[in-house]
Amino acid sequence: MPFVNFLKRNLVVLAGLVTLAYLLLPNIVVTVFSFNQPKGRFNYEWQQFSTDAWKDPCGVADMCGSLSLSLQIAFWATLGATVLGTMIAFALVRYRFRARGTVNSLIFLPMAMPEVVMAASLLTLFLNMGAQLGFWTILIAHIMFCLSFVVTAVKARVMSMDPRLEQAAQDLYAGPVQTFLRVTLPIAAPGIAAGALLAFALSFDDFIITNFNAGSTVTFPMFVWGSAQRGTPVQINVIGTAMFLIAVLLVLTSMVIGNRRNKQKA
Amino acid sequence: MKTTDSSGDVRLSGISKTYGSFTAVHPLDLTVPQGSFFALLGASGCGKTTTLRMIAGLEEPTTGTVRLGDQDVTALPPYKRPVNTVFQSYALFPHLDIFENVAFGLRRRGIKSVKKQVEDMLELVQLGEQARKKPHQLSGGQQQRVAVARALINHPKVLLLDEPLGALDLKLRRQMQLELKRIQTEVGITFVHVTHDQEEAMTMADTVAVMNAGRVEQLGAPTDLYENPQTTFVANFLGTSNLIEAEVDTKSGDDIVLKAGGGKLVLPEARCSAPTTAGGRVLVGVRPEKISLTHADDAGEIPEGRNRVTGRIADASFIGVSTQYVIDSPVCDELAVYVQNVERDGRLVPGAEVVLHWNPAHTFGLDATQDIDAGIEEEAV
Repeated sequence: MPFVNFLKRNLVVLAGLVTLAYLLLPNIVVTVFSFNQPKGRFNYEWQQFSTDAWKDPCGVADMCGSLSLSLQIAFWATLGATVLGTMIAFALVRYRFRARGTVNSLIFLPMAMPEVVMAASLLTLFLNMGAQLGFWTILIAHIMFCLSFVVTAVKARVMSMDPRLEQAAQDLYAGPVQTFLRVTLPIAAPGIAAGALLAFALSFDDFIITNFNAGSTVTFPMFVWGSAQRGTPVQINVIGTAMFLIAVLLVLTSMVIGNRRNKQKA
Repeated sequence: MKTTDSSGDVRLSGISKTYGSFTAVHPLDLTVPQGSFFALLGASGCGKTTTLRMIAGLEEPTTGTVRLGDQDVTALPPYKRPVNTVFQSYALFPHLDIFENVAFGLRRRGIKSVKKQVEDMLELVQLGEQARKKPHQLSGGQQQRVAVARALINHPKVLLLDEPLGALDLKLRRQMQLELKRIQTEVGITFVHVTHDQEEAMTMADTVAVMNAGRVEQLGAPTDLYENPQTTFVANFLGTSNLIEAEVDTKSGDDIVLKAGGGKLVLPEARCSAPTTAGGRVLVGVRPEKISLTHADDAGEIPEGRNRVTGRIADASFIGVSTQYVIDSPVCDELAVYVQNVERDGRLVPGAEVVLHWNPAHTFGLDATQDIDAGIEEEAV
């Protein structure tokens, strides 16, 4: 039974490949259909190869505007959530204060709460306060729900950090500011970076909360949702593919740099 | 390179530390002279690390002052004290390479050209090749040397070492003990070394302070501590001691004659730290290697004037350089005797009747009101 033996030996590899295919198949479909030239308004059936959409990615009215808005919101939401979340994480790990336990569990609530409920409640809150829905309400909402993720990511890192490292820095003539900048921050950096990436991804593709609290402002996910009712332009696939490629490129570059650095050291 | 100036003296006066109702260090006065290798020895939780951290400034004393030379540093934060620490488990910065770890202190003090100094220092600890590696790529012994280099490069007035060899295996630890001693002699800086390993303290330090439950039990040179322990804790914690309960009988000249289990023992009065009124109780101590063992049949050959105790061998273990006997005796249940394996007497096997004898000058006397077993449980390693 050579086939069974082959299966036994390569089961892990095969399972890995199947899982990978499962993960990547949707991405491949997005990429393939970015080269389609659909008949009619819907990009659901393969017709023929074309690079028209790639040559004119902003050819659809309002799409690039919504994309740039989404990127701006994601940028500011990431910045806000990362700074606040890092400070909260340090406070929770390093200091003993009265409401510490309560804060620790409250931080998890936004993650546990159904998004649609939170979205509706936020809308109620904004309306009662008489706030004008738009960029700022979206940003406030995004920072709010990204915070918990940043806190969780940074907290794990800070908790595993040896407090003696900071004592050693102080012992070696580093004042409080220097200690934070030279030792604490660089060591916590991977956790902070993970939190920031998570925040960016969550903010960029959030639909439910944004849709409730955007007023007449249209972000990229909202644009895709809206156009899906009326017909999907190929450019959406182009943007999706481009984002995917940029992400992959970033990961590859950082890996290459990391490898080269390690090789120099060794 | 030892100098007579006192700028590297460490003077602790009335220093103490309490956490809530727990007293980690009782008010304590201690002077470590410039250029000396000083060890704080004790079991875990005896307050030795707390004392060290108060010198470093990482712990604020509840009472008392810390002085370095003539400068009162009690109120100074750690980064303003001319003191550096080698931490337990080293606390090397994982995100910096070895060079940058060692250069850290210089850079923080705004020194620009660090290359030469760092390279020299890495040479001193024999790590010149490893400068561009990260700490986790080094072995335990190498990391330990980086920690020493990182502290020493700042030319501190005092170097504090907090159990620096605790994480190393026995062989490497012995090697590093000699290495640290060599470096200390070379640079002439005052070293204050915290350890729970009595052999380590005795090998390395000029002066050892034995701490127990937040207090200094005894302070002195290693030989002095070993030969003349003042308390049962010191007698048992440093090496092994045989302690025999005895009663003061008479005095003859400089010696005290004691009654123990029907026999008589002689103890030089100068070596007794207990009150010696007739009829009072004293603990008679003698180190196991000072005792000679003679088979009961040859008891007549033992010279006059030696302290004698009879007994029966309960156990004998051969450990190469010596044989360690446990003797069951009327004066004491388990007397330890270490005999060098020079001329081995084949009759000295478990069950044999023997006479233990030793020069009275090697006897020391302790106050019998103390716990006779103090310090035995705590002895580590």
